Amino acid sequence: MNSGGWIAILVSAVAAATPLVYAAIGELVAERAGVLNLGVEGMMLVGAIAGFAVGLTTGSLTLGYLAAAVAASLVALLFAVLTLSLQTNQVATGLALTLFGIGLSAFVGRGFVGMPIGRVPTLDIPWLSAVPIIGPLLFRYDAAEYLSIGACAAVAWMLKSTRLGLRLRAVGESPETAHALGEPVTLIRYGAVLFGGAMSGIAGAYLSTALTPMWVEGMSTGRGWIALALVVFGTWRPWRALGGAYLFGLVTVLQLYAQTFGIHVPSEFLSMLPYLATIVVLVLICRDPKTILVNKPAALGRSFHAGS
Amino acid sequence: MPKLWRLERRNAPSGLMRIASAPLAAALMLLTGFAALSVLGKDPLAAFQVFFVEPFTSLYGIGELLLKATPLMLCALGLAVGYRANVWNIGAEGQLTIGAIAGAGVGLFGGAHLGSWALPAMLVAGILGGMAWAAIPALLRTRFNTSEIFVSLMLVYIAQLFLSYLVHGPWRDPAGQNFPQSPPLPDNALLPALIEGTRVNGGLYLALGLAALSWWFGAKTAAGFRLRVGGLAPAAAAYAGFSANATVWLALLIGGGAAGLAGILEVAGPIGLLQPVISPGYGFTAIIVAFVGRLHPAGIVFASLLMSALYLGGESAQIELQLPSSVSGVFQASLLFFMLAAELFIHFRVRGARP
Amino acid sequence: MSDAFGVAAQAVPRLALHGITKRYGKLVANDHIDLSVGAGEIHALLGENGAGKSTLMKIVYGVTSPDAGRIEWEGEAISIASPAQARKLGIGMVFQHFSLFETLTVAENIALGLDEREPAPQLAARIREVSVRYGLPIDPAQLLHGMSVGERQRVEIVRCLLQSPRLLIMDEPTSVLTPQAVRVLFETLRRLAGEGVSILYISHKLDEIRELCDTATILRGGKVTGNAVPRTESNASLAKLMVGGELGECRLTPRVPGEVRLALAGLFSEPEDPFGSPLHGIDLDVRGGEIVGIAGVSGNGQRELLAAISGEARTAAAGAVRLCGIAAGRLSARARRRLGLCFVPEERLGRGAVPAMTLADNSVLTGGDFGLVRHGIVQTRAAREFARATIRRFAVKCGGDAALAASLSGGNLQKFIVGREIRLQPKVMLVAQPTWGVDVGAALVIRQALIDLRDAGVAVLVLSEELDELFAISDRIAVIAGGRLTAALPSAAWSAERVGLAMTGVFEAAPASAGEAHAVA
Repeated sequence: MNSGGWIAILVSAVAAATPLVYAAIGELVAERAGVLNLGVEGMMLVGAIAGFAVGLTTGSLTLGYLAAAVAASLVALLFAVLTLSLQTNQVATGLALTLFGIGLSAFVGRGFVGMPIGRVPTLDIPWLSAVPIIGPLLFRYDAAEYLSIGACAAVAWMLKSTRLGLRLRAVGESPETAHALGEPVTLIRYGAVLFGGAMSGIAGAYLSTALTPMWVEGMSTGRGWIALALVVFGTWRPWRALGGAYLFGLVTVLQLYAQTFGIHVPSEFLSMLPYLATIVVLVLICRDPKTILVNKPAALGRSFHAGS
Repeated sequence: MPKLWRLERRNAPSGLMRIASAPLAAALMLLTGFAALSVLGKDPLAAFQVFFVEPFTSLYGIGELLLKATPLMLCALGLAVGYRANVWNIGAEGQLTIGAIAGAGVGLFGGAHLGSWALPAMLVAGILGGMAWAAIPALLRTRFNTSEIFVSLMLVYIAQLFLSYLVHGPWRDPAGQNFPQSPPLPDNALLPALIEGTRVNGGLYLALGLAALSWWFGAKTAAGFRLRVGGLAPAAAAYAGFSANATVWLALLIGGGAAGLAGILEVAGPIGLLQPVISPGYGFTAIIVAFVGRLHPAGIVFASLLMSALYLGGESAQIELQLPSSVSGVFQASLLFFMLAAELFIHFRVRGARP
Repeated sequence: MSDAFGVAAQAVPRLALHGITKRYGKLVANDHIDLSVGAGEIHALLGENGAGKSTLMKIVYGVTSPDAGRIEWEGEAISIASPAQARKLGIGMVFQHFSLFETLTVAENIALGLDEREPAPQLAARIREVSVRYGLPIDPAQLLHGMSVGERQRVEIVRCLLQSPRLLIMDEPTSVLTPQAVRVLFETLRRLAGEGVSILYISHKLDEIRELCDTATILRGGKVTGNAVPRTESNASLAKLMVGGELGECRLTPRVPGEVRLALAGLFSEPEDPFGSPLHGIDLDVRGGEIVGIAGVSGNGQRELLAAISGEARTAAAGAVRLCGIAAGRLSARARRRLGLCFVPEERLGRGAVPAMTLADNSVLTGGDFGLVRHGIVQTRAAREFARATIRRFAVKCGGDAALAASLSGGNLQKFIVGREIRLQPKVMLVAQPTWGVDVGAALVIRQALIDLRDAGVAVLVLSEELDELFAISDRIAVIAGGRLTAALPSAAWSAERVGLAMTGVFEAAPASAGEAHAVA
């Protein structure tokens, strides 16, 4: 295969990875605060239809993305009220959220099936985009793809270097201790969950306006679950999750070309790799009681009640 | 910021709310669902008719209700045992898939030789397959301290991909015009219909039987007692000398076996062969069924019927009202939301904040 | 630094408490307490567990407010509404249990506890400067995870010092420190006092108090039982004030004990929890027909000792714990029950009984192997009958065998648990804090039940923080401190001073008596 072919593969890998990056980064923030939100798939679909519908009817894709973030955040708010204020079980509520999101998006989207929408345009950076090989490889993406990396960088910086990130990490490790120190645990968790929702919404909007510009019921086809896996695979660190997302995007795209490379492993086994890899990573970090603590938010999934 | 209300723990769980929470949640679900529909331009009474009345006016419809409730019931019963012990198996969908594969394998390759033993052998294979798949998170949790939530979830996708590989590849029907599906199961490997004119099969009895068994297990056996203590007060379980590892294994194997049985029943029943999708998410919906049923066998039986009715209502709405069938997911989810919220009031009461 | 009369000579004490009283229901935690601390003074607050020290400090630090009494800060009457306000006044507190996060660095942990935001480089520089100045060097960039307990305490102290306190409260600071670290801490405290900082030093360790502190207030049962200048006192006199001059009389009829039923030989253990106490070679024999009591301040290895005997923690050496002659160190809790061990744990709800289960079900918790479970089936009728009989015999006030454990009062639940264990006909009975939080009537029933058990030939081992109780029911008493156990001497051989001393870790060589284990010096 010539370099042109390779470049095409890598570029589509980035596109395939972008919704995963958004969703994983968002869920990562929620989980670092100690909240396990299994409703990513549902929130993604809500974002997908909101982005598509608003983008199509207003003609502005930017408004579409905004609507997607807001719509998914509202759904996330429902989750937050139930799990944080009403102390419901996070696993059950998250799964219900997925079902809810799938059904709601299908319902709202029934009038939009089959409608065409203009794809998010790729940006043409003057001079840089024209450089041979590196140009098409690094400088011909659309705004959402660039912003996904920006989002990852912003979250990484926020967690490591800001006071907000510090407080969030403290809440995720031990909400009781944070509460004793006077931190508003529930408020911080609300914020984290809403942010996760917004990011999942944007991920969904990218699906319906860029990756495959159209609306189809259930079009996320399990990407929400992959994003959850990526958070664990990246041991709850943004850049690692990003790397995992690109790896997964590459594997997804390569499957289509496996025949050309003479790889005769059935494509399903290649598709299993990300999930197997996630299990392996999880076992490695959980095996030693010391490494768990440093890698996984200790309070993940536990309810916190200020009075107790 | 000033709090307007606060939650105060009750001295003893409210008996009233215990009984009332499920009907209350169901009523709220109906109210909000149909209010939403009417806001969006559909006549709520007509929608109610389509959703809840029409599917059940025929014998066939009742059969479908029972047919769809069966896998939900089986999976939820198995999962509930684990949840009560604080073991969070969310991979029932994967265990169901592997059970289906194992059972179908026996049927496809041994069906001709086993005669009337084919079906029982397949069911046993299905149970064992599901158990084997659930043994993986059990091993990883007891040996390596790894959370069963993530492991069982990842295994769902691996199982589904494995099924896809089989039906696209080695187990594909050579006479099937290149469709990704296995050859149909031989007649002696299919479950006979229980009621003429419906698709209900003996699996329903197995599910109800499991409900009774599950009740007996939890209420009467020492193992069920140990699991219950492990979930309610782990320190007391340690004090009493109950093995935490044994609890994890038992909980996951029961959940996996039940899901595996559900899987083979689907394949030997309404589907009749292996195909890429053998379950519309029963394993995940069963988690919701378990919670709506408050983790109790009797509650789970009713919750399975209710959720099954919602599935059918969705299909009916698809035909009659041009609504996508996944709208049933909205009802199912909101039922759970209301249920979980109502559950709160069993243990807490709301008080105005002190000035 | 101030001489012995420095306090009296100063015009206005930095902190003065007058008649502080605090009640929790019927319990009077603080009863008209007077206390004053001057600038540069190191003032000890001495007392056993339950004497009222922590309640008093909660009041000073603003966590709770007194029901009566006056607080004066530098001469002005004030009320302290919250810890944040206390810090603003200049009061800092280093708690016994730290509020630290494993996965954050030293600087990040400190930043979270400070009331005002500071840019990171400036904070790091201040941390380095302050920590070195007071002899507690710490690296701001180091991750907390992996730091020793002593180092973590430094972080807590530096966090306080960064806010320039004028009064520093130290709550049992040396219970987690090595002797070298204790030296360093004392240097730091002396330096602070030299700069005029007042220090309130809460402890029960007499040697340290005598070495470090200028003045002392002694609490017992919520009241001030004395003031002292520690340097002029002896350990014995301080111990007497702390423990009270009188000890309960032994009300047991003398009995010749039978064969050894519980034998601990060279019991060592390493705790999993970094705040736990390792056991350093415990030796003890308990015979049938006697009650051996173990006294000690909590946090000195009691939890670990109980877990090692009950089977909740297994010991490396099978022979370190012997039940009726059988090496049991590696056996599970259930296996030890089958050998005849019964155990009443410290925590009633959540450990001794499942709160959300009925009393009948809670009987099955430990009674399973004694007829309440047969062929893997729970014998519900037998369990209910067992619960009813226990309720009758021990006068447990409850709603019957179907009452949830959580619905019983503390005393009644404790009676039920003790009764359940006794009715399982143990050969060895292990009891932790038998009457903690229990009303007087129930306490009497429980103590008498233990004595009756002893009279029936059972070997009974009781761990308690209430000396009166131990002296009332024990044939022999040993003291645990720092993971070590003294010899178990007859109750009559112990005096208030000797017990108080042993509780603080000062073990003297015991007079040799036939068949006793060696004391640890």
